[in-house]
Amino acid sequence: MTRSRIALIGLLALAVVFGPLAGTVPAQQPQGIFIPLLVYRTGPYAPSGIPIANGFVDYFTLLNERDGGINGVKLVWEECETQYDTKQGVECYERLKGKNPVLVNPYSTGITYTLIPKAAVDKVVVFSMGYGMTAAADGRWFPWVFSFPTTYWSQASAVIRYMGQQEGGLEKLKGKKIAHIYHNSPYGKEANPTLEELSRKYGFELTLLAVDHPGQEQKATWLQVRRLNPDWIFVSGWGVMNQVAVKEAAATGVKMDHVIGNWWSANDSDVVPAGEGAKGYKGATFHAPGTNFRVFQDIVKHVYDKGKGAAKKEDMGAPLYNRGVVNAMLSAEAIRTAMGKYGNKVLTGEQVRWGFENFNLTEQRLEQLGMKGFTHPIKVSCEDHEGNGPVLIQQWDGKQWNLVSEWIQPMRDVVRPKVEAAAIEEGKKLNYTQRDCSKEK
Amino acid sequence: MIYRETGQFKSSYASDQAIFPIVQDRIFVLLAVAAAFVVPPLVATEYWLQAVLIPLLIYALAALGLNLLTGYAGQVSLGTGGFMAVGAYAAFKLSTSFPQVNIVIVFLLSGLCAALVGLVFGIPSLRIKGFYLAVATLAAQFFLIWLFNKVPWFVNYASSGTITAPTRTMFGVMVTGPQSSAGARYVMAMALVALFALVAKNLVRGRVGRSWMAIRDRDIAAEIIGVRPMRTKLLAFAISSFYCGVAGAEFVFLYLGSAETTAFDINLSFLVLFMVIIGGLGSVLGSFLGAAFIVLVPIFLTNAPHLIGLPLPVALQKQIELMVFGALIIFFLIVEPNGLARLWQVAKEKLRLWPFPH
Repeated sequence: MTRSRIALIGLLALAVVFGPLAGTVPAQQPQGIFIPLLVYRTGPYAPSGIPIANGFVDYFTLLNERDGGINGVKLVWEECETQYDTKQGVECYERLKGKNPVLVNPYSTGITYTLIPKAAVDKVVVFSMGYGMTAAADGRWFPWVFSFPTTYWSQASAVIRYMGQQEGGLEKLKGKKIAHIYHNSPYGKEANPTLEELSRKYGFELTLLAVDHPGQEQKATWLQVRRLNPDWIFVSGWGVMNQVAVKEAAATGVKMDHVIGNWWSANDSDVVPAGEGAKGYKGATFHAPGTNFRVFQDIVKHVYDKGKGAAKKEDMGAPLYNRGVVNAMLSAEAIRTAMGKYGNKVLTGEQVRWGFENFNLTEQRLEQLGMKGFTHPIKVSCEDHEGNGPVLIQQWDGKQWNLVSEWIQPMRDVVRPKVEAAAIEEGKKLNYTQRDCSKEK
Repeated sequence: MIYRETGQFKSSYASDQAIFPIVQDRIFVLLAVAAAFVVPPLVATEYWLQAVLIPLLIYALAALGLNLLTGYAGQVSLGTGGFMAVGAYAAFKLSTSFPQVNIVIVFLLSGLCAALVGLVFGIPSLRIKGFYLAVATLAAQFFLIWLFNKVPWFVNYASSGTITAPTRTMFGVMVTGPQSSAGARYVMAMALVALFALVAKNLVRGRVGRSWMAIRDRDIAAEIIGVRPMRTKLLAFAISSFYCGVAGAEFVFLYLGSAETTAFDINLSFLVLFMVIIGGLGSVLGSFLGAAFIVLVPIFLTNAPHLIGLPLPVALQKQIELMVFGALIIFFLIVEPNGLARLWQVAKEKLRLWPFPH
């Protein structure tokens, strides 16, 4: 027997003996409210995943450092790498479930779809902020899922409204050509039904162009764009797909200020690789870019100056970093709302769910949080887990993102009936029944 | 000393042709299978069942299917993910269109659908061999995924393109859907894997398996001794795809609960191929060992830093995991190119002579 074979058998024996131990690490009950963070800091989606994860961690660290947690109850979190892969996401969720999480932010539409049925059974809130299953915005069918401040469908309608504004009225969209370039996954497809309906309503010509995962190869798509010569382009990309799309758009010679990314397709990391060509590229968002808000001074003071930052100070203010901050803030405020009813202690998932359902973020509260003008007040109800928040359009000037629009209201009259119809369909797939919101308190 | 066949006489052809002719083997395998049915649902945590053991069994079934094709019949295939997708989408369509049909029958029927598709994509194997066939099956992978993405009928016109496993029961116990317990799903997956492993073991010992191996080892010689290449190769493709199809259906129904086409992308095909290569080409046991290696080692590597109390940043940890895993595979293939199954065989031979070295 050769020495290397002995080594091999030794290794295998080691794995057989210690492998099973790995999963049985005593799940220490963390001291505080536990929040699992499913992140992707590696893989083709890392350019989008890293800033979000950093924003999250920094805001939670800020709460723990400055206020000692939420109303004095510490927040505890653990990151788990998913690589934006559903299988790894499930593994992460199952691993961290043992620590009694109160909510989960899947940060992937695929993982969200998988977790929606599971989390309700485990009594964990799924907080898919501005992503995931749009139908779940109907809280009567999906009590455990929250997608405020807004959804893909609302966003699509707001973006169309913006395009209409730029053309001089929604009726001017008639006969215009709009292309939707989307990631060929549940995430990218999510906006399609709304866009199709709006195209019928306003008479614009909609072309749907799919880009396959992971999106590094888009030559064929942009060849079609060149042939089509659309008036407006809406991009629903993620990760490395965004950089490639922006680069290709610049190379194709389309008017960059007529290319609008959705809120996952407009980050610094998406436009910087395209250099000068990206100038003028627009993106939707539901919070402001930049660091001109008091909360960022607090983060610098309490987190970065103490050497506890997750990233570099200069990375703050990128749209996706700020999204992480907003997401963390909304989670924390929902927990705070729940504490208002159940007291300042470690809460259960069910109690936090109540906090989410009775969530009411006022202008005044935003001011207290140092986020005045950073994002929009939101009120959630039993029926409406979306809050129907408005959308901003930001534009890249080559150095930074600037807001170029007021708050644009989504077309609730178009979106809400679609959400309700889809909720019935999706809810029936899971054998759910509609709950009666008048009986909730 | 314990593992010795002295005194075991075979007095009939049946006993001579048994799957495990040695009594100790038979007892060991029976005990192992019985333990696999009983112990994990009682002992294992939900994490272990849901995130480790259920995918392990499903991957083992897919690897078994690919092993029949690649290991026994010698036809390289990179279309495993595509065939699994066929099984998954067929199971979704069948179970939503005919909710009253038993879920096991749905699994078998979706396996048949995959077998039909496998037959079609196996036709090129009659003319092309080796790497060229791998490329042809790669086309199957991409075409099938494209098809399921493109045609909304397959997902019942769901706008997201996601398929969700409906709730189904067996003997009054929920075995699919979100409310089903991980234990029930594990037992279901285990039963299917045990059944199909038994079938595979018998297939490869019989006429069909022998003709596959004849084709694999030298197709012209096989043809001369009377093995019909067309029938044999196509049968290998069909049966292999059947296994993969059932595995794909289980993948959605017993493991993920809902899935999109990216779950069945080319990475899955490679993963299953690696399982077959690492486990051992042309070995039923190897499929299980390979699946165990590919599923368990990354999870072990992910958890290892926690185990020894070394909190690494997750990104670094993932990168280390990928590097170590890759290095392990290379090391492994150099040291034991015939796979884990060969190691097992060597160990058995040593054990028979123990304590006398030769």
